[in-house]
Amino acid sequence: MSAPQLEIQLIAALVAVACALPGVFLVLRRMAMMSDAISHTVLLGIVLLFFVVRDLESPWLILGAAGMGVLTVVLVEVVNNTGLVKQDAAIGLVFPALFSLAVILISRFASGVHLDTDAVLLGELAFAPFERLTVLGIDLPKAVWVMGGIVLINLSLIAVFYKELKLATFDPALAAALGLAPAALHYGLMTMVSVTAVGAFESVGSVLVVALMVGPAAAARLLTDNLKRMLALSAGLGVVSAIGGYWLARGLDANIAGSMATVTGILFVVVLVLAPERGLVALAQRRARQRWEFAQAMLAIHLLNHEGRPDYDEESKVVHLQEHLRWTPDFAAGVVARALEGELVQHRNGNLELMEAGRELARQRLMH
Amino acid sequence: MDFGTLFANLFLDYTVRTIALGTAVLGVVSGALGSFALLRRQSLLGDALSHAALPGVALAFLFTGSKTPITLMLGAAAAGVLAILAILGITRATRLKEDTALALVLSTFFGFGLMLLTYLQRNPDARQAGLTSFLFGQAATLLERDVRLMAIFGGLALLVLALFWKEFKLLSFDRDFGDSVGLPMHRLDILLTSLLVVAVVIGLQAVGVVLMSAMLVAPGAAARQWTDRLDRMVLLAGVFGALAGVAGALASSMGRGLSTGPIIVLAASVIALVSLLFAPNRGVLAAWLRRRRNQRRLLANQVLADLYRLGQQHADPQTAHSRAALRVMAFGAAGVSNTLNALEKRGLVQARPDDHWALTAAGTQAAESHLEDVAAEEDR
Repeated sequence: MSAPQLEIQLIAALVAVACALPGVFLVLRRMAMMSDAISHTVLLGIVLLFFVVRDLESPWLILGAAGMGVLTVVLVEVVNNTGLVKQDAAIGLVFPALFSLAVILISRFASGVHLDTDAVLLGELAFAPFERLTVLGIDLPKAVWVMGGIVLINLSLIAVFYKELKLATFDPALAAALGLAPAALHYGLMTMVSVTAVGAFESVGSVLVVALMVGPAAAARLLTDNLKRMLALSAGLGVVSAIGGYWLARGLDANIAGSMATVTGILFVVVLVLAPERGLVALAQRRARQRWEFAQAMLAIHLLNHEGRPDYDEESKVVHLQEHLRWTPDFAAGVVARALEGELVQHRNGNLELMEAGRELARQRLMH
Repeated sequence: MDFGTLFANLFLDYTVRTIALGTAVLGVVSGALGSFALLRRQSLLGDALSHAALPGVALAFLFTGSKTPITLMLGAAAAGVLAILAILGITRATRLKEDTALALVLSTFFGFGLMLLTYLQRNPDARQAGLTSFLFGQAATLLERDVRLMAIFGGLALLVLALFWKEFKLLSFDRDFGDSVGLPMHRLDILLTSLLVVAVVIGLQAVGVVLMSAMLVAPGAAARQWTDRLDRMVLLAGVFGALAGVAGALASSMGRGLSTGPIIVLAASVIALVSLLFAPNRGVLAAWLRRRRNQRRLLANQVLADLYRLGQQHADPQTAHSRAALRVMAFGAAGVSNTLNALEKRGLVQARPDDHWALTAAGTQAAESHLEDVAAEEDR
């Protein structure tokens, strides 16, 4: 692997981690679509600031764009607070308008200055290693420094305000009652999302920002109930998507950001199907197990009901179960086989007879 | 090019007329269908659907090698339906919420589409197909047969809307009642949501997948402010959508390779903004004026009542009192001075020397009737 290839993967991994961390809180706080809005409108911030400073390298662009991200949140709230449209419509009104404005401004006044609308969506990760910056004598792509810095900022902010964020996310009422200023936390989080979106935007484009913020966090949400573990898993899954996406893009000679989003989606589907407790397979298995367990309990209760009664001989024949409990022959055979194996019942003279464990199970179920 | 020529072109120039007709169709259909999405809080679903259409376009081209609009539209529609199913499936089968499902489907589908597009672009045929114009739209590429296709799809969607009008209305406003009278609300829900896909597909060429969502939100949100009736809202949204569409077509005819999507969307956004601000009754300005009028009336009544009560404590009920005293009694509310001037103009109070104010006979009567009203209100 050549140095630029390594560097591209390093940038991709840093972008993934930087996005995945605030993404966890977006998913938990039901604000995932704000990442979509913010990642689009930061473009307007970049364009407007570019007209002022006339320099695409200026750090002011990042600040201005992040400010536009926060302004988007404010505007959505202003529109929402008029009570004239619902929140979803407020988001749907504000960000396409700002984004359209940005696209028009670029194509009218800023075309040919390395700001073009395709790059906005696609990102330019493949070219990232060419733009270099030497800090403390270490020569690395500029994007490594920028995204590395954003990862550090996000990590330390989450570490410092961990308790507050956790409480405000899971119990906003209590957080407010304890004087935690949920509004300040909300805007803090939105600022974090905005800064991250701006940093990531240059490398991977706006839509991958959404994929990397929401995809790994959503998958992590299916894997754990623990917030710290969710943060770690989200970051880990993000890195896997980033590296996997890079190699997919190389294999197909396609766009890296698009491939990373694709791998994010594939990873989510894999987790959705295979997650140990909440995955679709686990869910189906649990349902099947519950069905068998329920049927065995039915069998035990049935036998207990007829124990010592004149019709016991009749009722305890396997054939009879099909009629009385309306089980298909296969299902009845399956239930009996499982019950025999679990020593709930035993065969005696062609009849089924409850064993101690079976009697206990039937009594227990009847008590509930 | 000045506006006169622009409008002349709209009616006389064949190409411009075709494009304008196409974008108008798109505006009418998305406005009408978007109105329902707005009322059903599905505004962001449109966003997800339009982004999700991209891989459908790319795959349709990949498998058929054809770039005719009908092929690409069908591909987009299939991807849109798949996206709806994915979003519904994720919210049902997992504990993830709708916003997460939307953002997830939107970004991964779109990313997949971008990957396919860039993959296809290695092949020069595809580059010529101009598939990237589906991102931000190029109305200039609309031909008469495209417009005819859009009109057929859109007409069918509007026809379904008209046929199931009552059912859809019930679905949007009182779903439980619909359930209780035995209507298949779930199936109607899926039908109405699928119609959104039609709107997205119609908008592909002119607006593009990135901004199509705005055409489903803005005209409806604008129309909602002018009326409380569903039929009028849907009609108005169609008109607003068409206006925005034609504006985009005109801008496109000015050349310069401007993408039409952002222009159409900006036009629709301006219509929405104007409606939010200036619509009678519901608009921000109307609400502000109403609030101010109410505040003024309340303060006027308060000052009249205060003067009256003060007067009761004197032999002459029309004794004058200082402005400062009135201000204190109104809890220092701003505008006591303005109120006194206004009341003086109406002949209810009169100024006396030393900035003192007294009720006139008419003012006494007005104060009495106001206090009676208040007492009656309290009795109730």
